[in-house]
Amino acid sequence: MKKSLLLLSFGIFSALQLANAGDITGAVTLKGTPPAEADIGPKMTADSPDCAVMYAGGKFPTTHFYVVGAKGELADVVVTLKGGDFKSTGASAAPALLDQKGCLYVPTIFAVQTGQKIIVKNSDPCVHNVHAKATVEGNPESNQLQMPGGADLTFTFDKPEAFLKFQCDVHSWMGAWVTVVDNPYYAVTDADGKFTIKNVPPGKYTLQVAHRKLGTQTAGIEVKDTGAATQDFTFTMK
Amino acid sequence: MFARDRCHTTQRSFFFKLNAKYNPALFWFAVLTAVMTFLLIGLGGLVTSNNFGMSVPDWPTSYGYNMFALPIKFWKGGVFYEHTHRLLASVIGFLTTILAVWLWLKDSRKWVHWLGVATFLAVVVQGALGGLRVVLTDAQLGIFHGALAQLFLVLVCAIALFTSRWWQNSAAEKQVSVPRGLRSHVLYVTILIFIQLMIGATMRHQHAGLAIPDFPLAYGKIWPDTSPEAVAAYNEHRMEMNGENPITAFQIILQMVHRLVALLILLGVIATAFLARKKLDGRDWLTKFAWFWTGLIVVQIALGIATIETNKAADIATLHVMVGALSLLAGVLWWLVAARRTTLTEFAPAGQNELN
Repeated sequence: MKKSLLLLSFGIFSALQLANAGDITGAVTLKGTPPAEADIGPKMTADSPDCAVMYAGGKFPTTHFYVVGAKGELADVVVTLKGGDFKSTGASAAPALLDQKGCLYVPTIFAVQTGQKIIVKNSDPCVHNVHAKATVEGNPESNQLQMPGGADLTFTFDKPEAFLKFQCDVHSWMGAWVTVVDNPYYAVTDADGKFTIKNVPPGKYTLQVAHRKLGTQTAGIEVKDTGAATQDFTFTMK
Repeated sequence: MFARDRCHTTQRSFFFKLNAKYNPALFWFAVLTAVMTFLLIGLGGLVTSNNFGMSVPDWPTSYGYNMFALPIKFWKGGVFYEHTHRLLASVIGFLTTILAVWLWLKDSRKWVHWLGVATFLAVVVQGALGGLRVVLTDAQLGIFHGALAQLFLVLVCAIALFTSRWWQNSAAEKQVSVPRGLRSHVLYVTILIFIQLMIGATMRHQHAGLAIPDFPLAYGKIWPDTSPEAVAAYNEHRMEMNGENPITAFQIILQMVHRLVALLILLGVIATAFLARKKLDGRDWLTKFAWFWTGLIVVQIALGIATIETNKAADIATLHVMVGALSLLAGVLWWLVAARRTTLTEFAPAGQNELN
């Protein structure tokens, strides 16, 4: 009976918290024309025919430094919230998935919390090494082998780090970048350049957007007891 | 005066009294080891130029297999280069061990025995450095690995020179002394080349691709803007195939230093050739070798420019490493030969018979 009451109280408390939480939404755009992406085909063909055969039509992938829509919608921007008394819930969060498919990492840019598992799969018929090139003290750099059809690899990082690189050295064009944050309030912009950070407790914060090539921008934002907050950003090519 | 005599006596012992009989098999074996080492440096250059260094995550095993039993099916992409590098390094280790034992058993000069031991220890340390760079995932170790590779090549080539017929059987009366000033000049230029190779190794092991993409200007200027805003703008426009790390102001300055030191070295070797022509003779083969050295540096600078113009094409960048090694070697060999000739003329005027 006591246990049921306790659970009920916790449920009501959580519901009230969520009722008082708001979503932060926004969009990120790019002004100006980014440089042309590099064609991976020649290097893939020269170094790794076993990867090249996966692109039988001859339509090889390019790099993905700038994923930009027709109206400048900028994808792959990591949006984080700073200035709150937040704690990571990474240990209980669902693992993030990083796949190796067609000798490319999917996704290229993503974000996790400290302590959150990153599961790395190998969906390719060839061997990869998964080299996590952490640079912040407390985040171990590691390099592991993954055979085709081999067991998934698991990585976790305990310290926040921006754009920590996963690299395959067998296929040197393969790179993915994870941003590790220490709270659950983050997002990555989608193909429309849009983002949503859900259930943010009321308060005043700093919203930061970070693009691997374009750098970072910040803006102050207030989430009130009721309602959502919106903040857009624009990067301009220098 | 006494001190000078004692010094001369020491040098005399070092160069003459412990001379050995020329052993052609030993000499050619040392040459073989040197050639293989040079090829290994080239292969190492290919590994780092392509960013393949960490493609085999374990060591001394490869993918969990005994290094010599890695199935062929895995020899693809970066693994092919990294694994071949390991195998060739093993061959060099084997050759060096034989060379050291051979020198110890068959060469009568004690200092050559210890030189053989030093070379053996160097190859052991070099192998361990290469392995630890992989296992500890420490890119800084790669710089030391690259530096020791250059020194190891110099050591093996020096052994080849010391075991050559020329070194052991040259007639003193045929030699022309090389002035100390000229020898010192070559020594300083050679040290500068080694420093330049270290700068190059540091640039290479930053894994940042090209820090400056244009030549002869740098980002359109004689000296590039390295303010944070400028560096951010450079990074926006870099489209490195390997998706490398952003460049930093330090890396840009390092490449500028590399360019300036290259210019100093070029002036240094040109001065060597002119000084040698003046002090020795235009027909003296050390003068001719100094011109060859100058040519080597010109080729090396051309390769450096080509590395930039081709956006660090792996084969060009590797040739740049190999010719860099030859440039250092040329300086060391020139200096050793000059020292040998000078010592011969100063301390053995009576000729060859007195030497052995």
